[in-house]
Amino acid sequence: MAQAVPAGQKWWSGGKSPFNVEYGKLMMWYFLMSDAFTFGAFLISYGTIRFSSNGWPDPNEVFKAFPLMGETNLPLVFVSLMTFILIASSVTMVLAVAAGHNNDQKSVTKYMILTIIGGLMFLGCQAWEWTHLHGEGAWWGRNPFPNADGSVASTNFTTFFFTITGFHGFHVFSGVVINCIMLIKNLRGDFAKRGHYLMIEKAGLYWHFVDLVWVFVFTCFYLL
Amino acid sequence: MAHIETPPGHVAEAHFDTKPIWRTFWILLGITMVELLLATIHLKTGFPPKYVLNGVYLILTCAKAFYIIAEFMHLRHEIKNMIMTIAVPALLFVWFIIAFLWDGNSYRELRNRYDRHHAEQNLIKAPPREEPAAKKPGQPD
Repeated sequence: MAQAVPAGQKWWSGGKSPFNVEYGKLMMWYFLMSDAFTFGAFLISYGTIRFSSNGWPDPNEVFKAFPLMGETNLPLVFVSLMTFILIASSVTMVLAVAAGHNNDQKSVTKYMILTIIGGLMFLGCQAWEWTHLHGEGAWWGRNPFPNADGSVASTNFTTFFFTITGFHGFHVFSGVVINCIMLIKNLRGDFAKRGHYLMIEKAGLYWHFVDLVWVFVFTCFYLL
Repeated sequence: MAHIETPPGHVAEAHFDTKPIWRTFWILLGITMVELLLATIHLKTGFPPKYVLNGVYLILTCAKAFYIIAEFMHLRHEIKNMIMTIAVPALLFVWFIIAFLWDGNSYRELRNRYDRHHAEQNLIKAPPREEPAAKKPGQPD
């Protein structure tokens, strides 16, 4: 977080960091902005193809299964659970950052472990969903689902779905790896020795970005 | 999208306040519940119409994005100049979304008008899906 700022501070008169954040954190922000454009390009190309198609599968027909519930029709329930897991793990991540501000090494450890568990749960859910859809006959270039109006659908729907959720899932996976590294460094006392927990904040920014992208993926694929 | 206001005379507290974090969590959860409720009502009754719902979804999604960026990522509490270096380039999305979706729509209309074969493809009904009767071993349901 920013240092204490006196009122009427002149930022550009030299001798100070004009954005009042650490270099690594600023660069994390710019990296995330570029990553946002990558995801944006994916989602917008999905939207463009969908706008250019005469028909499109109904998400409530495709995403209606829940683990161990067999053929019961439960649209949106499973993806709501995934959304809840990701939001909850985002909260534990902010709590870890807050604990870092208070130099509370024990709480940082606790909340980082909770965040990692949340990430692994999300990945597990996604693995289940992919396996289920693959079992239904869906994959890159293979689409068993008809359009909402009953006409034959192209494979665009499944190809976009697996590409975009796959790219997001890969981000979640790398986020979990980064969080594990942060946890290990925290357990070794690296941050306590350094006197600040800025690394936790940078990992946190990345983790929230993954949550942010999921908000858009959720809307584009499951709601619209 | 991004909030561009630095609180006046903002002083970083020594103790990080966790109250706004939980408030943001409840807001995000509440918005998601509203979205699901609307979707479920639409599935059961067909009301409100889909295009109205889509507008509502997009507004609610942007609201969620705002809360995640402003509070969880703490951007709201940074210095205004830094916020602008993120928020101004993000405005490119406005053009990006409008231009490309418009283009996709135009392509669909042109193809339906000038490509008879393509327009007729949409009249062919998909064969009814056979029920997955016998599950193969090791295949999840």
